[in-house]
Amino acid sequence: MQNNEYISIPKEKFEFAPVGEKIYDKKLETKPIGYFKDAWIRFRKNKSSVAAAIIIMILILFAIIVPIFSHYTVEHRDGYYKTVLPKFDLLAPLGIWDGTFTKTDTRAGYYYYNAIGVESGYKAVIGEPKITIDSEGNESYKFKADSYNMVGYVFLNLTSDEYFALQKYQDDNEIQVIYPMPENYKTNYTIGNAGANFWYKLKNNNATSSGEPLLDKNGDYIPNYIERSSKDSADYTSKMRIASDTGENGKWFAYAVKNQTGYKVRVLYREYYIYKNGFEPSFLFGTNAYGQDIFTCLAAGARLSFILAIFVSIINLTIGAFYGAVEGYYGGAVDMILERISDILASVPFIVVVTLFKLHLAEKVGALPSLLFAFVMTGWVGMASRVRLQFYRFKGHEYILAARTLGAKDGRLMFKHIFPNSIGTIITGAVLTIPGVIFSESSLSYLGIINLETSSLTSVGTMLAQGQGYLQTFPHIILFPAMFISLLEISFNLFGNGLRDAFNPSLRGVEE
Amino acid sequence: MVKYTIKRILLMIFTLFVIMTMCFVLIKLLPLPAVKEMGKDINIILMKREQMGYGKPISVQYALFLKNVITKWDWGVGEQMYETLSVWNVLMQKLPYTIIVNLYSILIAIPIGLAFGIYAALKKNKWQDHVISTAVMLFISVPSYVYAFLVQYFLCFKAGLFPITIPSSETTSLFSFRMFISMMPAIMSLGFGVVAGLARYTRAELSEVLTGDYMLLARTKGLTKAQATARHAMRNAMVVILPMIIGEFIGIISGSLIIEKIFAIPGVGSLYISSINLRDYNFFMALTFFYTFIGLFSGIVMDISYGFIDPRIRMGAKK
Repeated sequence: MQNNEYISIPKEKFEFAPVGEKIYDKKLETKPIGYFKDAWIRFRKNKSSVAAAIIIMILILFAIIVPIFSHYTVEHRDGYYKTVLPKFDLLAPLGIWDGTFTKTDTRAGYYYYNAIGVESGYKAVIGEPKITIDSEGNESYKFKADSYNMVGYVFLNLTSDEYFALQKYQDDNEIQVIYPMPENYKTNYTIGNAGANFWYKLKNNNATSSGEPLLDKNGDYIPNYIERSSKDSADYTSKMRIASDTGENGKWFAYAVKNQTGYKVRVLYREYYIYKNGFEPSFLFGTNAYGQDIFTCLAAGARLSFILAIFVSIINLTIGAFYGAVEGYYGGAVDMILERISDILASVPFIVVVTLFKLHLAEKVGALPSLLFAFVMTGWVGMASRVRLQFYRFKGHEYILAARTLGAKDGRLMFKHIFPNSIGTIITGAVLTIPGVIFSESSLSYLGIINLETSSLTSVGTMLAQGQGYLQTFPHIILFPAMFISLLEISFNLFGNGLRDAFNPSLRGVEE
Repeated sequence: MVKYTIKRILLMIFTLFVIMTMCFVLIKLLPLPAVKEMGKDINIILMKREQMGYGKPISVQYALFLKNVITKWDWGVGEQMYETLSVWNVLMQKLPYTIIVNLYSILIAIPIGLAFGIYAALKKNKWQDHVISTAVMLFISVPSYVYAFLVQYFLCFKAGLFPITIPSSETTSLFSFRMFISMMPAIMSLGFGVVAGLARYTRAELSEVLTGDYMLLARTKGLTKAQATARHAMRNAMVVILPMIIGEFIGIISGSLIIEKIFAIPGVGSLYISSINLRDYNFFMALTFFYTFIGLFSGIVMDISYGFIDPRIRMGAKK
């Protein structure tokens, strides 16, 4: 077999190889993928973890932003808007999330709440009631009630400055805030809203909440206001008067009663609230039994929990990393002794640690720092054992031997060469500490073992504890904190799983 | 094995001793609350305090405390609550409630958890598995007190299926059906977490075991899938699952503080909380011992049980 084809190749086809110049490897045109980038690429593929991370971000933003922009603060406690239901202004016209509920009451109770709407126009009873009569002849009224308007009217003691300022506000804005005083409470007006809603005549004049109304032949209420012969009795010079106050027969309604210190007046609390605070009462998540806005409290509580958890996580990480590094690197007797110490610390039930710190420190340094110490006291043990394990795995590797041969000192070997191997587990551990701390804090607050509540501070666990007594009557108080905690735990669990898989290089390519 | 067990037990006693010493010293550093005036009983408490070395150095007090505990198992008497009653006896009276609630709960939860786990493993990556896994994920994450609120609100208040409080043991026997029904909300709230945890472990273990070569061999021999799973796969999966179940069983003694509080179960947990709130340090010491001991003991039992279940595993063996 002869290869005749290549017998005569022209000389021009040949070229000299470059002899004088050096040939280098070409630079890589692709970008290098580092440890974190690799983790990120794999984390991104796990859709549920990404979703969880986004939810966590939203919850953190909620905790940061809401206390800044909210009308309300934790200190803001309104004595009358207690346990009102959640109301979302945008959805309220559609009849959902509007602060109403179905109430079952007696006949007297129904007329009591209905009267508020008849006098002020702000209806506490919406629509018609459903009346049922039981075997004993008792009527029971089932109706849709607006928890905001159910407050109705309130008796107040005003100084004369306050009184005239309020009258001026009425005239400037043409809003009726002060309403005529009723006869029933002529002698003993107590401050508050007990009896302030009885502007109508009762069957027996002893006004209690069970007072049956006296109705005229059309079934309407009969007003029972104090009447005076002068129009401006008790210095009421405001032009705002209720519609039925026409001055017929030379009789005018009395809008205030003068006493030694000032004036007793009856105000529509909703309007008075706007006058005082400058905004309408509307609580997105309702209020608790102290009249605090749950939405704001939850954000403030969440912020406290997050701050505590992040602090604990960082401190545990630092202590655990050093302790674990020393244990794992030196091994032998050092490891034995240190391991016994951490073993003992880990065996103390956490609740005992918290109690001891509370008993010893809470009065000296405050409840929050003492809780922080308690979390740190035993919390780092888990982190230390993780780091220790990584050190045991990597300290015998050849590259460590090589570095040692080149003269690297212990510290450099530990933190430059071995430690980076455990970064993945450390980050996962640190992230998963956060929901653990928040859960423990909420449980302990709920149990009453710790109490982080002050006038301006609250925690999610405190809110749960506050809601427990009202679970039957006002479940919304406990609903929102419980939902927050559940959402947080679920998201952190998903996020943590994703993170753990992402930082585990041995899982690379397994999913596909 | 015996040597290993003895070593672990000795270590446990040492750990327990150190923890009790720390707690004792820390408690004795606190001011002792005065005894409430209540007639002649005050003398018994004061006499008891004298006996325990009240006013003497802490080391002397500790020696007396140890002597009383070791020789007579005497943990002192209640000073701020259950006055003049023996602390240990009160604890033993409360224990049945805690144990029974938890026992019912895991007896119900374990079969359900195993069933879900096995089913999910057999249907791996089908929709049944996805549904169960998602549910498990949710149920594992949500704290048990949230279930407790939900159960209490919907089943006790709204539906009225269960009573809200537990009848006292004087009128109703602890083992009666009525007691069981009134404990049901607590049992359910405790059970969700156990079911979810067990289902997750079982699924993970079993689905790994099912891919083993010996499973293929079992099927080639002519065993049905059910036979192969029950006889071969389950037995191997149990190596990991059974210690977990044993751990649950020991854990029932310590119970759950928060569930006991929500459902007002007069168990050990509520005793512990009131001992903290009322600052009765005798109760506090006894309960600290109780909780610490159970924690350590369950660790040992779980470790040793690995060796019993699977003889291939030799705990504490040298390389």
